[in-house]
Amino acid sequence: MADAKVIPFDDDRSRSGAARRRGVPPGGGRGPVAAGPAPVSALPGGQVPEGAAEAAGGAPQDGDAGSGSGWDRRIAGGLAFLRRRLTGDYDVDEFGYDKELTDQVLMSVLRPLADKYFRVEVKGIENIPSDGGALVVANHSGTLPLDGLMLQVAVHDNHPAERHLRLLAADLVFMLPVVNELARKAGHTLACAEDAERLLQGGEVVGVMPEGFKGIGKPFGERYKLQRFGRGGFVSTALRAGVPIVPCSIVGAEEIYPMIGNSKTLARVLGVPYFPITPTFPWLGPLGALPLPTKWTIQFGEPIPTDGYPPEAAEDPMLMFNLTDQVREQIQHTLYKLLVQRRSVFF
Amino acid sequence: MNDRRKALILGKIVLVTGAARQLGGRFVRRIHRDPGVDRVIALDAVTPGHQLGDAEFVLADIRQSAIARILAEHSVDTVVHLDVSAKASGAGGRTTVKETNVIGTMQLLGACQKSPAVQRLVVKSSTNVYGSAPRDPAVFTETTPPKSLPSGGFAKDAVEVEGYVRGFARRRPDVAVCVLRFANILGPEPDSPLADYLTLPVLPTVLGYDPRLQFVHEDDVVDVLEIAAREPRRGTLNSGTFNIAGDGVLLLSQCSRRLGRPTVPVLLPAVTWVGTALRTIGMTDFSPEQIRLLTHGRVVSTVQMRETLGFRPRFTTAETFAEFARSRGPGLLPPERVGRAVGRLAELPLGGGQAGTTHSTHGAR
Repeated sequence: MADAKVIPFDDDRSRSGAARRRGVPPGGGRGPVAAGPAPVSALPGGQVPEGAAEAAGGAPQDGDAGSGSGWDRRIAGGLAFLRRRLTGDYDVDEFGYDKELTDQVLMSVLRPLADKYFRVEVKGIENIPSDGGALVVANHSGTLPLDGLMLQVAVHDNHPAERHLRLLAADLVFMLPVVNELARKAGHTLACAEDAERLLQGGEVVGVMPEGFKGIGKPFGERYKLQRFGRGGFVSTALRAGVPIVPCSIVGAEEIYPMIGNSKTLARVLGVPYFPITPTFPWLGPLGALPLPTKWTIQFGEPIPTDGYPPEAAEDPMLMFNLTDQVREQIQHTLYKLLVQRRSVFF
Repeated sequence: MNDRRKALILGKIVLVTGAARQLGGRFVRRIHRDPGVDRVIALDAVTPGHQLGDAEFVLADIRQSAIARILAEHSVDTVVHLDVSAKASGAGGRTTVKETNVIGTMQLLGACQKSPAVQRLVVKSSTNVYGSAPRDPAVFTETTPPKSLPSGGFAKDAVEVEGYVRGFARRRPDVAVCVLRFANILGPEPDSPLADYLTLPVLPTVLGYDPRLQFVHEDDVVDVLEIAAREPRRGTLNSGTFNIAGDGVLLLSQCSRRLGRPTVPVLLPAVTWVGTALRTIGMTDFSPEQIRLLTHGRVVSTVQMRETLGFRPRFTTAETFAEFARSRGPGLLPPERVGRAVGRLAELPLGGGQAGTTHSTHGAR
């Protein structure tokens, strides 16, 4: 950590990280996110982009987004969207991923949280390929899996090819009512080798947090210390699918719910892996469930190619351990680097 | 080989069980038109209400050993076992259904084992054998082991039937055995618990769950049964186990909206009571496995069906469902009327714009 070369602060570091890079080709430079006010064709929360209106078979459009008919088109788009939703005329994939709902509703709900509340700054988005499968491996923290959701928004809003991150979630997610429904519609699926492989072979970007409950439920004192990466199953899955592994480091999520205690008894009673006790939760009731407004940085690292290995390599435990360690080291290293650069937890 | 050639010369003799059901009747009529088929013996324990064409109908119960005599008498070479169902065809409750499914299959397989003429066996099974659990992978392939074996009901019958069929295949390696695991079959006549459920005026659903469902059209079922009952075409293989389902997936919420039937979300513990109540008044079979399906859903992979069996369904899941919805007639909230209501909303003066988008957020859930 100490010998990490500290990169001087960039000017745009302090800006809201929401700068969207639509249309900017993935340059070679792993530099900071394009600065300046985002090109605001981007959709502010709750509104429907032109794509929807077009798809709805609405009036043919040729004006650009800024013109006076923008409102009419938006209304038409919104109504077409409403009609499609109410008559069930939309598609979901075999995992239950509802692209339309995710793009227009779920993302719009999460976007303010990412842009305004956590002010997520995204770096190295060009490390996610523009087409084909990739496995994004990230650290996991924060008591509640908000980091996964923010990662999904970050990829969706920042990637030039507008790729959708398909997250692999714990089985607990799919046992809880409402949560499982929303998770499936947002494109998440169960963290198992079958699903991951199916998604990767379908050319999707898959996100996984191999630390699992060990990472998200660790005490505050151990923040930014990566836990064991499961059994490294994600590496063999990536190898079998021949897709690159993109290490991803998330800074800021550790402090949203500083977990100072864990009531094992309550956890057992409720059937959850841990029951967090934070300075505010459960003392302040629902108010205590409000995350602290920390400043986040999400950095995608250099992809680690896996296509150079022979097919039987996925069965080689030594190689799996080595690759797992390599990914883990890279994430840990980047975490330390980002922590050194960070001025404060909240700014 | 010799037997097979003889069978070709004599023409095929096909025995179809469960001929009194809608699907069995359709398949009997279809296979009888097949030029390669010489005779069709239709079998059931009850007299069918529909025409079977020129097929010979034999009134017999497959739970009795008389089935062996019938096989020998007609020197049957292809057995198509369709009498594996979730619903009783006539009177009789769950016990009769289970006996026909399990004991009937055992008797039939015993008879097949003794009959040297039998060359081919086709069994109608169901994707119910995979169960439905939150820990299952999103898509089942033919080799996925179920995380939780069905504890009872039709799903367990199907698992047991498949077990006996595997045993038979081991003992008679010379017989080509094809097990077809059908997703939810929808046809003009509702003949499955799920179809019954979808005809309820108001659909009770499990609060907080939106299961993924797959459907297969009855026409496709008849087609694929014919493929399985014939000699395989070049480059395909029609023995083994295959998932059969239409392309695509529908969520239960989509189904209800497309049918125009409102849903009543019920808390998971209370669903069992609703199920019992519905069963008591005889409206539908709301069994625990049915509730699990309506909670976690089930999607199967059909790669084997396409690539090995060489079958491409004519109807997607959505098309199958659209046809079903047409045959059911409109529900309480027909999609067209809902669409028109939204259209009227568009005619409201401006400022409805904001309302439109906020509504959309609301309506999407």
